[in-house]
Amino acid sequence: MKNRRKSTLLLLILAALLLCTVVLSGAALARQAVETDFTRKNLAPCVPFLFGTDWMGRDMLARTLAGLSLSIRVGALTACVSAAIALALGTASAALGGWVDSLVSWLIDLVMGIPHILLILLVSLACGRGLWGVTAGVALTHWPSLARLVRAEVLQLRQAPWLQAARRLGTPPERLARNHLLPHLLPQLLTGLILQFPHAILHEASVTFLGFGLPPDQPAIGVILEESMGYLAAGRWWLALLPGLSLAAAVLLFALIGERLRLLLSPATAQE
Amino acid sequence: MTLEARNLTFRYLRRGSPPVLEGVSLTLRSGERVGLSAPSGRGKTTLCRLLAGWERPGGGQVLLDGRPLSQYRGFCPVQLLLQHPEEAVDPLLKLRTALYEAGPADRAVLEGLGIQDSWLERYPAELSGGELQRICVGRTLRSELKFLLCDEASAMLDLVTQARLWRFLLDYAQARNLGLLIVSHDAALLERVCTRVLTWEDITAPRPAPSCGDSADSSQGGT
Repeated sequence: MKNRRKSTLLLLILAALLLCTVVLSGAALARQAVETDFTRKNLAPCVPFLFGTDWMGRDMLARTLAGLSLSIRVGALTACVSAAIALALGTASAALGGWVDSLVSWLIDLVMGIPHILLILLVSLACGRGLWGVTAGVALTHWPSLARLVRAEVLQLRQAPWLQAARRLGTPPERLARNHLLPHLLPQLLTGLILQFPHAILHEASVTFLGFGLPPDQPAIGVILEESMGYLAAGRWWLALLPGLSLAAAVLLFALIGERLRLLLSPATAQE
Repeated sequence: MTLEARNLTFRYLRRGSPPVLEGVSLTLRSGERVGLSAPSGRGKTTLCRLLAGWERPGGGQVLLDGRPLSQYRGFCPVQLLLQHPEEAVDPLLKLRTALYEAGPADRAVLEGLGIQDSWLERYPAELSGGELQRICVGRTLRSELKFLLCDEASAMLDLVTQARLWRFLLDYAQARNLGLLIVSHDAALLERVCTRVLTWEDITAPRPAPSCGDSADSSQGGT
């Protein structure tokens, strides 16, 4: 138990450091990522340009870092927004019951019933694409599973004898929610939030790849992958492979952290 | 003051399932210490939960001084002590929060119960059942309290702790003119602390008593 706790903590710190580096360097390299230099175009990975350069002589490492940084920021934003939606709807559904519960459950089924990518495309298009379109699209499609979890947890907590005792001792509803409900919900919410990260990042990249997300002038991973498709046949493998692998690595890292946290916080596995 | 259960019916499941309680009537007055003893599974705990307002009866009423108990806001004048105190406190909160849930507690009560300051910085899992039960008692003994329902509240305590707890509770109840309902399988305990002892038949049988004469003819058909 101690070992897993320690290794998870270590992994978390490492991952956080790495992600901070990516985000910061990406932001710092934003100008370099769009800088063209035709004297160095189409270079395969070499020492000054570890990820090579593209047909306009842009440094692919700078572009990848900038793209990842953008993806992570979009991921963080959407994961937080969808977790907030999930918390609000899940709690309201369980606490108010009746038609509110029916409505929220129906909404959850509705959103879960439509393929995510299709819904994201539609919402993103409706919101005028771009950063806000993608953010809205991903945030509005990723809350149902977490909302369902929150709803179930609140329903269970409501029946807990200690909550009823606290209520009969005259604890006002807002204090019940803050002192008694939130501490029990937080582990699930936190794990859910981190596990939403990789989804959000992947979906953002996919939508952008399909041309319904971030605009082509932004150095997003989706844009990079989409542009490089035309050059793959010409043998420039580094244009797609290295940014794609970086994206996969970032996604895996988040998934790993989420999974570790879940194992730690879930009562079924916490004592192993 | 009186706490009155009038012809209570209760089901845990939806309509159509057999009722857990049916036609239960009971009157408890301030200053009384009423014992209730019945075989397991009759619904003693359910009755206590109804009387303390934790559940709403499917039929009948719980009245405090003639007013439905559900109309009382804030600290409920009828409080319930559970058999397992670890179920009655939030496992994630320190006991200081649990003890002062309803506001600052009476210093004399805490001293009388032997609640130590060092307990209050711990979590419920770090205290014994007896210590936890004393915290549960301590947070309910407030000036607004009129009736205390003890559902096997001392069953898991050792005899010395039991005796100390009861001595303190009885003194407190007498001083404040509290009404107590003591549910227990321990006949010796009931004999010793109660002013009258009821069996399950006393509260469920259609009684010809003048105060509850209406309970007989309105008993429901169940399924």
